[in-house]
Amino acid sequence: MSGILNSSIGRKFAMALSAFFLMVFLLQHFTINLLSVISEDTFNNVSHFMGTFWLVQYVLQPVLIFGVIFHFIMGFVLEVRNRNARQISYAKNNGNANSTWMSRNMIWSGLAILAFIGLHFYDFWLPEINTKFIEGDMSGLLPNGEYRYFEELQHKFVDVWRVVLYCIAFVFLALHLLHGFSSAFQSTGANNKYTKGLQGFGKAYAIIIPLGFVFIALFHYFNH
Amino acid sequence: MNLTLKIWRQKNANDKGKMVDYQIGDISGDMSFLEMLDLLNDQLINKGEEPVAFDHDCREGICGMCSLYINGEAHGPDRGVTTCQLHMRMFKDGETIFIEPFRAKAFPVIKDLVVDRSAFDRIQHAGGFISVNTSGNTIDANTIPVNKHDADDAFSAATCIGCGACVASCKNSSAMLYLGAKISQFALLPQGKIEATDRVLNMVKQMDEEGFGNCTNTGACEVECPKGISLENIARLNREYLSATLKG
Ligand code: HEM
Ligand code: SF4
Ligand code: FES
Repeated sequence: MSGILNSSIGRKFAMALSAFFLMVFLLQHFTINLLSVISEDTFNNVSHFMGTFWLVQYVLQPVLIFGVIFHFIMGFVLEVRNRNARQISYAKNNGNANSTWMSRNMIWSGLAILAFIGLHFYDFWLPEINTKFIEGDMSGLLPNGEYRYFEELQHKFVDVWRVVLYCIAFVFLALHLLHGFSSAFQSTGANNKYTKGLQGFGKAYAIIIPLGFVFIALFHYFNH
Repeated sequence: MNLTLKIWRQKNANDKGKMVDYQIGDISGDMSFLEMLDLLNDQLINKGEEPVAFDHDCREGICGMCSLYINGEAHGPDRGVTTCQLHMRMFKDGETIFIEPFRAKAFPVIKDLVVDRSAFDRIQHAGGFISVNTSGNTIDANTIPVNKHDADDAFSAATCIGCGACVASCKNSSAMLYLGAKISQFALLPQGKIEATDRVLNMVKQMDEEGFGNCTNTGACEVECPKGISLENIARLNREYLSATLKG
């Protein structure tokens, strides 16, 4: 077992595990965001629960942060190693003849997502940490006595450029997942009679989830 | 057909090398790609120039010796064929054809289009075999019943000719399709089970030491492989490796 991260297949497996984790997280994040479109109250209640429940805050959140960091650092490591494995490039290479653009550019779609995660942390995570742990206000309330979560969310989607940036990021997320979803299964050794169906499901996931996030961003932009 | 060829010329392993242009005429669509290169070499020799070095042996798609990256694809634009089986009718009159060696750090160029693929041999030596008693009381392999489905899959995997097109086509220069085939041909058969754990651990270790890259499942190898070796073999390699790691 020791040193599994020192082998090519071990790294591939670890990459896939972190990716599975991120895809489950993404689904959960999407579900909660969708509540903001359906019902302001439910969104506020669920947000308050997520923001104050110890298991989410002190166990799941650190695991998530570790998962994201692990995933992109491993992504960089693989990219550097793989570039090293061919020192002279071809004068002519017809990549489109045998593979998709998405599969060849995971590092670029990944970097776009990483940039977005930076912006997203600045928008939501830092203010959240500031309110809860620096100002010490765990109430989740505004001065008028209402929950602050929905209000804060709406504020972020007033600026048209922020909405545009969010939408662009979701396009890259879709590109990343169009290859990534089924790739993660192959990496863990799952290739069998369900693979065809799973690939179809993966395509649907890769398009519907990011499109849903775009819809939510636009919804708040037009309804604030 | 008249063609412009852009060919990688490199005097020896230490030379920097460069692409050189050649014009060639009178090419028939029925010629193989290697026959076209033979014709070019005749002309170069007649002019007193150094012929282009390239690998070949059987010229019928079974030995795995021919290589070449032709117009950006390993073994050229056709599917399911090696370069020696590639017909010139795949190209158009007046076309420019790029001809480069298979590129990977683990496949260093020896001269012109000839690369050293002995890294594959070393991977094979690390575990690509079964131990059988050949001292006179050898048991016929057919006395051990094998499920037809497994026998067919093992046979498909065993059709890998070790040409290295998978490595050449992969953006990561990964050898996992090759290794997937070499592992699968034994993993699916009872005779291969005995040494399965050591085999996969040692072969993967050797593959990593040779400097091949890491598979990211682009699938380019499967498309360019002249023998149609499937990505299922890489998934099987991953499974075999994981279970061997847990055991050993
Ligand atoms: C919510 C965010 C993200 C999700 C859901 C996600 C999902 C995935 C999935 C499913 C895979 C395929 C894994 C496999 O083939 O085994 C993958 C691969 C990859 N990801 Fe991400 N990813 C995310 C963020 C990032 C970020 C921020 C980077 C930063 C650079 C990144 C870089 C990569 C790279 C380079 C690969 C290819 C490695 C490989 O296929 O082995 N990803 N990602
Ligand atoms: S897997 Fe296919 S491309 Fe790779 S070495 Fe074997 S025959 Fe050649
Ligand atoms: S020369 Fe033998 S396979 Fe092409």
